Amino acid sequence: MDAFTAHVGRAVPLRRSDVDTDQIIPSDWLKRVERTGFGAGLFSEWREDPAFVLNQERYAGASILLAGQNFGTGSSREHAVWALTDFGFRAVVSERFADIFRSNSLKGGLLPVQLARGEVEALMALVEADHTVEVTVDLVARELRAADLVAHFPLDDFTRWRLMEGLDDIGLTLLHEQDISSYEQRRPSRLPSTRPVA
Amino acid sequence: MGRTLAEKVWDAHVVRKAEGEPDLVYIDLHLVHEVTSPQAFDGLRLAGRTVRRPELTLATEDHNVPTDALTITDPISLKQVETLRANCQEFDIRLHSMGDAKQGIVHVIGPQLGVTQPGMTIVCGDSHTSTHGAFGALAFGIGTSEVEHVLATQTLPLVRPKTMAVTVEGRLQPGVTSKDLVLALIAQVGTGGGQGHVVEYRGEAVRALSMEGRMTVCNMSIEWGARAGMIAPDETTYAYLEAREHAPAGADWSVAVTDWQALRTDDDAVFDKEVFLNASVVTPFVTWGTNPGQGVALSASVPDPGAMPLGSERDAAERALAYMGLTAGTPMREIAVDTVFLGSCTNGRMEDLRAAAEVVKGRRVADGLRALVVPGSMLVKLQAEKEGLDSVFRDAGFDWRNAGCSMCLAMNPDTLAPGERSASTSNRNFEGRQGRGGRTHLVSPAVAAATAITGYLTAPADLQEV
Repeated sequence: MDAFTAHVGRAVPLRRSDVDTDQIIPSDWLKRVERTGFGAGLFSEWREDPAFVLNQERYAGASILLAGQNFGTGSSREHAVWALTDFGFRAVVSERFADIFRSNSLKGGLLPVQLARGEVEALMALVEADHTVEVTVDLVARELRAADLVAHFPLDDFTRWRLMEGLDDIGLTLLHEQDISSYEQRRPSRLPSTRPVA
Repeated sequence: MGRTLAEKVWDAHVVRKAEGEPDLVYIDLHLVHEVTSPQAFDGLRLAGRTVRRPELTLATEDHNVPTDALTITDPISLKQVETLRANCQEFDIRLHSMGDAKQGIVHVIGPQLGVTQPGMTIVCGDSHTSTHGAFGALAFGIGTSEVEHVLATQTLPLVRPKTMAVTVEGRLQPGVTSKDLVLALIAQVGTGGGQGHVVEYRGEAVRALSMEGRMTVCNMSIEWGARAGMIAPDETTYAYLEAREHAPAGADWSVAVTDWQALRTDDDAVFDKEVFLNASVVTPFVTWGTNPGQGVALSASVPDPGAMPLGSERDAAERALAYMGLTAGTPMREIAVDTVFLGSCTNGRMEDLRAAAEVVKGRRVADGLRALVVPGSMLVKLQAEKEGLDSVFRDAGFDWRNAGCSMCLAMNPDTLAPGERSASTSNRNFEGRQGRGGRTHLVSPAVAAATAITGYLTAPADLQEV
């Protein structure tokens, strides 16, 4: 995964709460076996409306999505993250993220920036007033900055370090292979195997 | 201080603990389906890795399966299913393919085969993995990167979740089901109410539920944002499990039951959050909007967004009514549907089919209405046919199908057309969930059956005697 320290870009306000992953990437797209090319499917049903915010010329090229609370709810599909990043987003800002979406984002190079409701609201108002405003998502300082607004977002030290180094999660776990093997020796033998029972 | 059920299961699976790092948690069972796994297997191959414990992994075909025929005509769907077959062959993973006697929806076959057991950690690249928590397992959905992680290491690095208790006192009234209960709960707590928490469902009403009723409740945990839902195992759990194909046998059985009896929240344990619900006031419940929290009693009317506080709740309600083509104040019972779907990992089990058949018996599906019954697994289908339920449904005018996800999610030929409206026993009423422009009302199997008879959202008690 690419290392992430800070991202500077323009933002687009999506004033909707409970945006579910079926909207982010409709299920028809989930039949594909590839990991790339999902950007065309991003919000594809909402994008059929010419007035939809992502269709507005002034927000073209925005790389930070500002959304209402509870973003990424519903299905576990990581395709939602792949669609957002393929479209060009590097961060999503919301008051609250669904757990699986948040976890998927942190694996896929999309930073979930959790801010207080007032901060999200202020940021949306700022961007709606001036779509050219430059927004900085600073992972090192765990800070989002835009004009006079400075907002801190939570992220645990370990995840922050992993993202800044661009480390492969599986590689990190395999450093502890000995721990896994010794745990396996302690596991009760009665636990089920999936092999067909004779 | 005592520990909660979730904490006990978590602690028993910690492979490695280090200050300032997530716990490395061992996974006892990894369920796999065709949709969220292909990119994970690709990742393994790219990194030159293999599947660490194929014998703790079980795969099935479900989302893409056409349930009216055993041939996939959509070439993209077909490729996805063939990719799963090739991956399972390459990595030596047991797979139940379309046409196989044990094939079915991933969350139906796990419990049925007995590989879902109390105290286990279970994951799947599917948010409804929470279903398995009904057995006192810690079971949750993961993304494809995590699927790859589990394939490669049989573990996941995870931050310990918070715990929540949902205590449901009293008893459900006759004619009120576990689906009504969980829909009422979600309407109360909201779609994000459980975020960050593993929830334990407890109390008299939960203890009184059958295993299948418990699975319905735990299945919907994700619909209010919970990381997982759990119910402590008891005699009901043991009775369900005993003699299943993969359940402990012989001397192992009594060892297992002794272990399982310790899987309960200690009296002095403290939950991070608690929610209370009175089961006796719950009545048949249905959704009116486009998320599972937008629900009301069937006896109520479509709510008025104008009566809601200004802000995101009102905005969401207005958008939902526009999408659903509904007017505030319309009695829910006056909403006509085109389609009734009975099935899914939420309500595609034997009790669901029996409850619906009970209502349908001797009656006819309303003119022009499409009604389908899709058993959650081929074993459910076989059992239902042994009991003659297929004839009851067919005689009434229902389609009787093979097992699969069917109309739950529009990844196979069973979809709603734009503007079509369904009463569905599935778990999500999101925009377009059952097909572009489709409008979904989530209901229990009994309400689905009664609705099929009248063509309007209906409870069995509303029907005239046969």
